Amino acid sequence: MWDYTDKVKEHFFHPHNVGEIENPDGVGEVGSLACGDALKLTFKLDENGKIKDAKFKTFGCASAIATSSVLTDMLKGLSIEQAARITNKDIADYLGGLPEQKMHCSVMGREALEAAIENYRSGGTKKHELEGRVVCTCFGVTENEIERVIRENDLTTVEQVTNYCKAGGGCGGCHGEIEKIIEKIQGDKAGLITETPPRWAGRLTNIQKIKLIQQTINEQIRPALRAHGGNIELIDVEGDKVIVAFRGMCAQCVLAEYTMKDLVEAKLREFVSNDLFVEEDKDSAQQPHNHRE
Amino acid sequence: MKTIYFDNNATTKVADEVLEEIKPFFCKLYGNPSSMHTFGGQISRKIRIAREQVADLLGCEPSEIIFTSCGTESDNSAIKGTLAAALDKRKVITTRVEHPAVLTVCRDLENHGYTVVELNVDKKGNLDLAQLEEQIDDDTDLVTIMFANNETGVIFPIDKIADIVKEKGAVFHTDAVQAVGKIPLNLAKSNIDLLSLSGHKLHAPKGVGALYVRKGTRLQPFMQGGHQEAGKRAGTENVPGIIGLGKACELAAKNIKEENEKVKFLRDKLENAILNSCPDCRLNGDKQNRLPNTTNLSFEYIEGEAILLMLDKFGICASSGSACTSGSLEPSHVLRAMGVPFTAAHGSIRFSLSRYNTEKEVDYTIEKMPKIVNKLRKLSPFVPK
Repeated sequence: MWDYTDKVKEHFFHPHNVGEIENPDGVGEVGSLACGDALKLTFKLDENGKIKDAKFKTFGCASAIATSSVLTDMLKGLSIEQAARITNKDIADYLGGLPEQKMHCSVMGREALEAAIENYRSGGTKKHELEGRVVCTCFGVTENEIERVIRENDLTTVEQVTNYCKAGGGCGGCHGEIEKIIEKIQGDKAGLITETPPRWAGRLTNIQKIKLIQQTINEQIRPALRAHGGNIELIDVEGDKVIVAFRGMCAQCVLAEYTMKDLVEAKLREFVSNDLFVEEDKDSAQQPHNHRE
Repeated sequence: MKTIYFDNNATTKVADEVLEEIKPFFCKLYGNPSSMHTFGGQISRKIRIAREQVADLLGCEPSEIIFTSCGTESDNSAIKGTLAAALDKRKVITTRVEHPAVLTVCRDLENHGYTVVELNVDKKGNLDLAQLEEQIDDDTDLVTIMFANNETGVIFPIDKIADIVKEKGAVFHTDAVQAVGKIPLNLAKSNIDLLSLSGHKLHAPKGVGALYVRKGTRLQPFMQGGHQEAGKRAGTENVPGIIGLGKACELAAKNIKEENEKVKFLRDKLENAILNSCPDCRLNGDKQNRLPNTTNLSFEYIEGEAILLMLDKFGICASSGSACTSGSLEPSHVLRAMGVPFTAAHGSIRFSLSRYNTEKEVDYTIEKMPKIVNKLRKLSPFVPK
């Protein structure tokens, strides 16, 4: 069971400002049914340009509802400029904190606010759009968003990034990219916690080499294939020849522009030894939905 | 506030009769059954009786029962022990809807050079037997398929599956943690080779389970050490747990039919009333072919964790397949395998009953449920106007 603060529970059981404002000055809609939470925020300004009223409608868990409720409370009486400075941390602090895995609810609140302000500034025409390159395809999270939660919350691990904006919480195929973004922003601080696999310059015994090949396939290659409904199996190793078989449906794989063989070979050379080359198992090559065709 | 416990697929209350039975084994009869003195030796007789009680419920020989620490250990032992005993075969078949105690183990096997096939289920959660027949081949060492699903209660045709597997010469294991005590079994007449069960799902204490191993099935021990359990599972016996499991099995064998009728009546009443009083609500899983105690309902436009907390406020315990309750970000793998839309999976609630539930509890929940659903739908941006 989640350890929610009394404030979270209070706002969940008795939320404030539920509903939609008619003819609002700003509307922000973020999230979706598929993602498991969504928030529609509306606000109205008074004659002095301060937020007179704010309302919400939320689909989601207790912390998503509580976050929306306090956000609307916080907004009242603020100017647009003041409102724009609210961060997800402010929202979470107002609630007396959120469980680490629920921090993404506070980020959703801030995103909805941002979208509503954007909508207001464009005169009610602009709808929220994703900006920048999408890194996490499972939850549609962009590079910009990931960079922002890292900066605002001083995050240093992939797990934290997942807790704060969901990126990396689905198939896990983007973990490598998220690590790189963390490293870019946090520099040395991140260097302490990211694990880079050892690169083997020296000689390996046959047993060590086979183990390392299996480990590389397990950790570096299979997760990405699995995410797209495929799979790989290590059949045998003969000297520097690595024989693998591809399984499952790879037809919709985003990696379709490469041959799978090349991809596997590149990874194995990076992590094990430059001399390795990959061959596909004969039985596997005859199966349909294979990238060789 | 009184607790209304509708989460019996998670764990159950220890039966009063079971508690009475195990009480002396903490402070009075605390001997080690392996000891040579009478004080310890008398305990091994008690364990023998418990073994007979479990065997009676399953319809097998007492010598075919190994006591373990939980259902998960039984599953691990069955899967890893079978594969370790036959190194020449490299394929394992399971399903997409297994409990993590099986699914995680199987997925890890891929990292050790095994081919793992996960069979699909249809919209109602029923298994595709044609796919099993198509996939099972001479390289298949083990097929592991659950008896009844913990989330939806859907029952798989285990005897039929066991026959198919036997014909191909593979080993068949079933995780029957949710089925034992609810579905009558006669393992002597079936082709099941290995079967897992867990004590705390049938009113025995937590920390005890059992694995049925058909005579002649090759299995490498998972726990190594002393000679306990005829060398098949080392470690000093959990004496109170084992005796409690024996008693719980005896009670289940005696009352299975009567209890199932009562529980089914309550479950159906609860389910029908909620389906009638809450619009945009659907049942997940095959209405006919499932355990008598389980119902899994989806409420559109609202989220499961929020429903659970509202229920909790009224003292009602249930569970959900929503992403938010698991700590992961994705909803139940079982509901997704069944093709339940994300929208409905996020709003799913499971009620699982037991013989200790009353009609009054059901009526109380029937009264509260539509209020909770309405309250949350008022907050939701997705309810059509």
